[in-house]
Amino acid sequence: MDAQTIIAKRIAQELRDGMLVNLGIGIPTLVANYVPAGIHVFFQSENGLIGTGAVPEPGMAHKDLTDAGGRPVTALPGACTFDSALSFGLIRGGHLDMTVLGGLQVDAHGRLANWMIPGKMVPGMGGAMDLVTGAKRVVVAMQHTAKGSPKIVNQCSLPLTSLRPVDLLVTELAVIGFPEGRATLLETAPGVTVEDVLKNTAAELAAPKEVAQMSLGD
Amino acid sequence: MQTIALSEAVAMIPDGASLMVGGFMAVGTPEPLMDELVRQGKRRLTVIANDTAMPGAGIGKLVSAGLVARVIASHIGLNPETQKGMLTGKIDVELVPQGTLIERIRAGGFGLGGVLTPTGVGTLAAEGKTTVDVDGKTFLLEKPIRADFALLKAHAADYLGNLTYALTARNFNPVIAMAAEKVIVYAENIVPVGVIPPDQVVTPAPLVDYLVAQGGS
Repeated sequence: MDAQTIIAKRIAQELRDGMLVNLGIGIPTLVANYVPAGIHVFFQSENGLIGTGAVPEPGMAHKDLTDAGGRPVTALPGACTFDSALSFGLIRGGHLDMTVLGGLQVDAHGRLANWMIPGKMVPGMGGAMDLVTGAKRVVVAMQHTAKGSPKIVNQCSLPLTSLRPVDLLVTELAVIGFPEGRATLLETAPGVTVEDVLKNTAAELAAPKEVAQMSLGD
Repeated sequence: MQTIALSEAVAMIPDGASLMVGGFMAVGTPEPLMDELVRQGKRRLTVIANDTAMPGAGIGKLVSAGLVARVIASHIGLNPETQKGMLTGKIDVELVPQGTLIERIRAGGFGLGGVLTPTGVGTLAAEGKTTVDVDGKTFLLEKPIRADFALLKAHAADYLGNLTYALTARNFNPVIAMAAEKVIVYAENIVPVGVIPPDQVVTPAPLVDYLVAQGGS
């Protein structure tokens, strides 16, 4: 199983019936493919849609129905649309149960950097700062390392997205939480040892004696 | 509300004007108005919008044609030309969190002196901003934004100028309709009064100054 699939499947286990959830671009989008059976989740696209559905069948795209990346989507029965002020009121106002975002770096206290690399990549923060600040639960989906160099670091060298720490970080190697502001190893992926995780993590990471194995819902 | 030919609508916009433009990655952007701005070769425009789309679409057309001197947006990541303009100093780009941008525009249109938001506190987005503590929580004071013109795309306009929007093409459109001196609308459909029922009207007619005329004379 590739890294992205492991991450998406594990995060899908965090979904609960009736949740309003926003999925970011990239790995987070894949989470929608693994919603556990019997659970109904409302997916929000911040461009103004609740009830975001799958990519349309060929020839069935509607030019005015897209996700936050501008790609055609479908709207599920019960979907609704609204303007950007309401959309970000949902996000900032604590109405969004969970957001899943990609990350460039996460620090030892759970703070996320995911919107720019100074001098190199300046795409703008889009909705990321509002999502991390306002969602009830923030889950980061990212690969554990970038070209072998750790992305989980003691202090982010890249500009932070928010001072608010994330709640859960899921990589292809591990699930990490931040109880009392301290990076703590909660689970390891199948076939991955605690040592493997520590070796690939630059941040100080608390590792209890017994670490559970990641459930992928299979 | 007055109907107006596309070319005359755009002729009202002087060089150096500030424009709020509806749309999210060009979805909900009035393309005929973008094309006409390029054709008339306007200069030194300030564009206030969610993003600058991509080359060849929506606001991306204005950027490619070199019409834009200043951008206030939340995201320019899918338009390398805007990013290049920013890095070379040709375009002055102010990046604003999306929820903050729409609230600043809303404040501008709703007669408010600004909004207090927790978004961006302690980040680069807070640079130069005043913080305000309310009941022990820290917020950024974000000031209102207004523009000379708002350029909207509606799904339908009735003869009076009542507007309704389609699906995710609504986005910034109804909010910018409140925050500009002159509101110019391109509607995909122009329909008799009553076709849009009162409960379905999103932007009330009195907000619309000009509706771009379509079809025969």
